[in-house]
Amino acid sequence: MSTPTETHTGAATPVPAVPADRQDERLVQAVGLGGAVRQFLDRLRGGDLGVVPVVAGLVVIAVVLQVLNPVFLSSTNLVNLLLESVPVGMIALGIVLVLLVGQIDLSVGSVSGLSAATLAVLFVDQGQPAIVALLAAVLSGTAIGLFYGFVFTRFGIPSFVISLAGLLGFLGLQLYVLRGIGSINLPFDSQLVYFAQLAFLPAWLSYVLVVAVAAGLLLTGLGRSRARRAAGLSGASTTFVLVRSALVLVVLGGAVAYLNTARGIGWMVALFVGLVSVVHYVLTRTKYGTYLFAVGGNVEAARRAGIDVRRVYVGAFVACSTLAAVGGVLAASRLAAANQSTGTGDVNLNAIAAAVIGGTSLFGGRGTAFAALLGILVIQSISSGLTLLNLDSSFRFMVTGAVLLLAVGVDSVARASRASHGRG
Amino acid sequence: MTATATAGPGAVAAGEVVLDLRGISKSFGAVAALTDVDLDVRAGEVVAVVGDNGAGKSTLVKVLSGVHAADRGEIAFRGRPVRIGSPADARDLGIATVFQDLALCENLNVVQNLFLGAELRGLRLDEVQMEVRSWELLRQLSAKIPTVRIPVASLSGGQRQTVAIARSLLGDPEVVILDEPTAALGVAQTAEVLNLVDRLRENGLGVIMISHNMEDVQAVADRVAVLRLGRNNGTFDVGSTTVEEVIAAITGATDNAVTRRTPRRRDRGRPDPAPDPGSDPAPGDTHPPEEETR
Repeated sequence: MSTPTETHTGAATPVPAVPADRQDERLVQAVGLGGAVRQFLDRLRGGDLGVVPVVAGLVVIAVVLQVLNPVFLSSTNLVNLLLESVPVGMIALGIVLVLLVGQIDLSVGSVSGLSAATLAVLFVDQGQPAIVALLAAVLSGTAIGLFYGFVFTRFGIPSFVISLAGLLGFLGLQLYVLRGIGSINLPFDSQLVYFAQLAFLPAWLSYVLVVAVAAGLLLTGLGRSRARRAAGLSGASTTFVLVRSALVLVVLGGAVAYLNTARGIGWMVALFVGLVSVVHYVLTRTKYGTYLFAVGGNVEAARRAGIDVRRVYVGAFVACSTLAAVGGVLAASRLAAANQSTGTGDVNLNAIAAAVIGGTSLFGGRGTAFAALLGILVIQSISSGLTLLNLDSSFRFMVTGAVLLLAVGVDSVARASRASHGRG
Repeated sequence: MTATATAGPGAVAAGEVVLDLRGISKSFGAVAALTDVDLDVRAGEVVAVVGDNGAGKSTLVKVLSGVHAADRGEIAFRGRPVRIGSPADARDLGIATVFQDLALCENLNVVQNLFLGAELRGLRLDEVQMEVRSWELLRQLSAKIPTVRIPVASLSGGQRQTVAIARSLLGDPEVVILDEPTAALGVAQTAEVLNLVDRLRENGLGVIMISHNMEDVQAVADRVAVLRLGRNNGTFDVGSTTVEEVIAAITGATDNAVTRRTPRRRDRGRPDPAPDPGSDPAPGDTHPPEEETR
């Protein structure tokens, strides 16, 4: 590919000794490990907080709850806490995607409840194989997402209204599917319940995975900075990549070792973390991720760039509803039952709150996949800690509400700081 | 007329008409934004499109870039009739547009904006190659952008204009449409952009430049097409036309404050024959409701 203006370059620009992206003399030079740390602090000061507030919040919550009840940080409790986080965390992951394109889905609770009911009716009442019931339940979510996407892109009805209608409509459908039954218990010896309650990674496998993650980070990090240097750009220093991978190895390895003193890492947790990683990859390293951010940031610009904006919206709605359905299946499996209240109550709001607490903007174009993971950990920690303190759900709601307000408050202040530091 | 995905390969001969519009009309409700507009641009030629507010310049840009489809009229690209139904159609043909509002995503960084919709290796983005190409493009424009890894929100207006123009060159276009490219720029950056327009022409591209600024038009354009109230109001050869003639065509008046003042000012310096444009007379003082449609 050659540009029309290329003929003008050759003469003027000799091969630069300074990397192509470091030549502007106004640029603050950040070289090596110290430079990386300085840049990170600069970003924080500029209001580009990323996941820092939610990680700090998690630490504070953990310390406070541990002081109040020493059982909180016990490995047994943490293993349970992680398992409990997964169903709603799955839903929150979908919410992140919808929020990224600047839309909202209020019906994820109902969709997850409908999916749980579909699973239970097909599997238990109709005696279908587990895999058929599972696929039908998940695909019901996909179909709902397609419907939302169609209505949104074709008729331009605000997603708030569409999903509010969906919240009511699919709750009704869930009750209809369960009419005359009320509650269906999933057999304890089924694969589904086993997966959600009893399946844990063998200790050796969990360590292998940790090492693989750290090694993968190291190799891709080194590979990327080598490719950048070869292309005449600045690359991250080897020390920085090494230290980063070593930190991941130590922190992740330590956490896994601690959890392994109890039952260890549930397969369901591994599935969730794996999915979060996949979504993270899609968001940061593929064009589809860029399209989500582009549509959330400036939909008109995205359209003029030739992006099929409608397809991006439909994709986001489908991903969200599908993940909500997966969350419903996992919730039913974890509880070993699907009933009329599965997916109702605080599921909706917890999922949305988790995404927002994790740092996803409600206004579109800003957020990460890890927001779902970190946000649901905050919410589930509060829930778990207050249960340990024998405080009922009234306190849980109040504390979670306060944390949500605090998280959005921090984001608003950070946004003002971003504006004044020119980070959009 | 058939939908088009690709323009035929092969170089365009200099002077060949690359883009030819005949009888383009576009209405928004009761407002006829464009009526029977003709326009053509040749390879290696800069055609300036000028006109007052509401003359239909922006609508014409949007028809050409596929944002709005024309109600009537024919568009031929390199002699073949084409239909431009979407921005992707326009880009596939080789028509690149820099919009007045630049159409950048402020939350994305410079590289992401440059390659938006044209990413290299979509399933595993080739970030290195994209960044190298970004720097190449920006250096060609003598762009003063310190780093390409910051969100566009933190760039100045001139820097954003540069990013938008650089983006238009990525797809190897044959026609580049610039909508008010210098409106938001400082003196030095205006000169840079005009230099760039010259380079586009030297490289055999057809350039359509929408402008308000007659100095810019005089500096770089080969021909000036005047729009007035959504209709053609004359095409002028820049080399043999005075500013007054063009202004008269824009305003539709052969005799108004601007046209009187300019010759007076010139007379003080050197004698200059009074312009006598053959443009149509103004429709009095009544102006129909008009708007710059978006």
